[in-house]
Amino acid sequence: MASATRTVLPPTSDEEDVMSSTWMTTRAWLLMLPLLIIMTAVIGWPMIDTVRLSFTDAKLVGTGGAFVGFDNYVKMLSSNNFQRALFATTWFAVISVTAEMVIGVLAALLLNQQFYGRAVLRALLILPWALPTVVNATLWRLIYNPEYGALNSALTQIGLLDSYRSWLGEPGTAMTALIVADCWKNFPLVALIALAALQAVPRDITAASLVDGAGPFARFRFVILPYLAGPLMVALVLRTIEAFKVFDIIWVMTRGGPANSTRTLSILVYQEAFSFQRAGSGASLALVVTLIVTVLAVGYGMLVRRTAGSAA
Amino acid sequence: MLKSMKKTLLYAALVAAVSAPHAFAETTLNALFMAQAAYSEADVRAMTDAFTKANPDIKVNLEFVPYEGLHDKTVLAQGSGSGYDVVLFDVIWPAEYATNNVLVDVTGRVTDEMKKGVLPGAWTTVNYDGKSYGMPWILDTKYLFYNKEILEKAGIKTPPKTWEELSEQAKIIKDKGLLATPIAWSWAQAEAVICDYTTLVSAYGGEFLKDGKPAFGEGGGLDALKYMADSYKSGLTNPNSKEFLEEDVRNVFQNGEAAFALNWTYMYNMANSGKDSKVAGKVGIVPAPGVEGKSEVSAVNGSMGLGITSTSQHQEEAWKYIVHMTSQETQNAYAKLSLPIWASSYEDPAVTAGQEELIAAAKLGLAAMYPRPTTPKYQELSTALQQGIQEALLDQATPEDALKSAAENSGL
Repeated sequence: MASATRTVLPPTSDEEDVMSSTWMTTRAWLLMLPLLIIMTAVIGWPMIDTVRLSFTDAKLVGTGGAFVGFDNYVKMLSSNNFQRALFATTWFAVISVTAEMVIGVLAALLLNQQFYGRAVLRALLILPWALPTVVNATLWRLIYNPEYGALNSALTQIGLLDSYRSWLGEPGTAMTALIVADCWKNFPLVALIALAALQAVPRDITAASLVDGAGPFARFRFVILPYLAGPLMVALVLRTIEAFKVFDIIWVMTRGGPANSTRTLSILVYQEAFSFQRAGSGASLALVVTLIVTVLAVGYGMLVRRTAGSAA
Repeated sequence: MLKSMKKTLLYAALVAAVSAPHAFAETTLNALFMAQAAYSEADVRAMTDAFTKANPDIKVNLEFVPYEGLHDKTVLAQGSGSGYDVVLFDVIWPAEYATNNVLVDVTGRVTDEMKKGVLPGAWTTVNYDGKSYGMPWILDTKYLFYNKEILEKAGIKTPPKTWEELSEQAKIIKDKGLLATPIAWSWAQAEAVICDYTTLVSAYGGEFLKDGKPAFGEGGGLDALKYMADSYKSGLTNPNSKEFLEEDVRNVFQNGEAAFALNWTYMYNMANSGKDSKVAGKVGIVPAPGVEGKSEVSAVNGSMGLGITSTSQHQEEAWKYIVHMTSQETQNAYAKLSLPIWASSYEDPAVTAGQEELIAAAKLGLAAMYPRPTTPKYQELSTALQQGIQEALLDQATPEDALKSAAENSGL
């Protein structure tokens, strides 16, 4: 494997002669310069300003705010609201990402089979993912509606439910209902990535494993999964980071209710900074969320490198 | 020669055509409204059209957001230094908006004629610390709506006068099997639940703040939440109320699935004569009930005003627009979904015709309007209370404990 990937694009001797390595480095930096400038302007500067804000008691409008040291961080991290929101966010991220990965891979395996109508299904797969989140959230709100929702109607008609109930109004079901809505929207991304990876699995290897008498599970585990591992890690990283930052779907469906049972960190940041207009403590909270996401991203990055290494 | 003359003329015509609109020195106002309760979007557009027709040099861009987005959108636009000239604001925001310099003080612009003609209660909507930050526009409170047909079937002659009676009548309706859960409220984790709670607080003679500190955890404030929790747990209240906003309440009520509902003025004509209403002609309206020995009726001040933002470059034109929108003439012409702020309108047959019941309820209700607390930290207090109320409804905490933790989280 490793030698195969390396020989895909061999550097031609011409190129090596013409360009010295210093020129290559300079050229690379020059080419990246416009992007770096834009990134510094739109990400770097606001980021630095956010760090500055997080040490002040600044309001959203008006005064710049006075320096308060680590007050915002101490208050925030020790508050009950933060701990509850951290738990809710983690719960949401772990369950929804796990479900999306499993359903995504299963869907990809299915769509990789030869069957009539496969092309239509593959095209349909992209639909939920292509929908704007707000539209998706509104649709699911209608489905979960306690008075005329489709879910209530379906469950009562097949006899699983005696009477209509409130799905988004009960702490016990609200989070699960949100996770289902999020899965429906996001599993296609995982499925697409997995499907692309599946098509790279060489036919001769699967054929050989069949001849050698490997069962479906063994074939998946030892023949197909090594090809999927790398791409799936990428999907996992993307989805976890997104899930940890979740805001829109929850804001539209429950606004953090009932009794704040679905209030995630991003909603807490929004309330703190914009509803309560405390830019200072909002910034500190946002940075804590950024830190958590960064740690996750770095950790995953190391994992990706390791899986890529072991798959090769 | 002739050719070049023609050319010159053509250029002259072109230049004239291009520069013609500038002769008007057109001003564009950006205005932010809500798409929920009170005046409908169509009403606001029609009112605005009348304004731009009379003032062709002013253009008004209208933007509508749900009530839930109104506050944050206003503040965010302000924070970014651009945005709206005219904004709709709720009675609970002037303290915060004044403290943070979101709205300009318009005290000097209010004429004596306005001061005399507008109902005194309406002014509380826009005043803070002795100054006016806009003109009242929507004069509103929560009323008790009832389904006349269902009450008749249950043998109930008159709608409830006290909250106790409301529970008794709901129980009769439930026991007779007419409806499983007869009362609908807007108890979602949103400002809506605070409005219902405040109505009850006013009935029980409670107080939100005492010397700037939370006082809702005892007396009337506690009784109000206890009433809500009891009504919810006894099954008299539609359990879905805890995810309802005002429009959900309207849907349930006009589908005939609620005997009683608490809602704003706008529901009266929509449910009683709307095409999509199944209860048209059967809608009754009375002021929200009182509590024996404490109050005759109860009401929350749910009014809203129009103000000029401090970032507006066109404050003169903005005020002109506000004066038009809040004028008696405009308000009388659109008095079906929201009632005028002008005292004499309530005697005007053009306003009262066809909605006598609403006007009768309004006279009592508007006079009893109880304010939500006036504090720059209102949003925080409200968020904490919303959580506390829901915890009590969901039995995660007793009403006492729920209000205690709400007070702790209120930031006051």
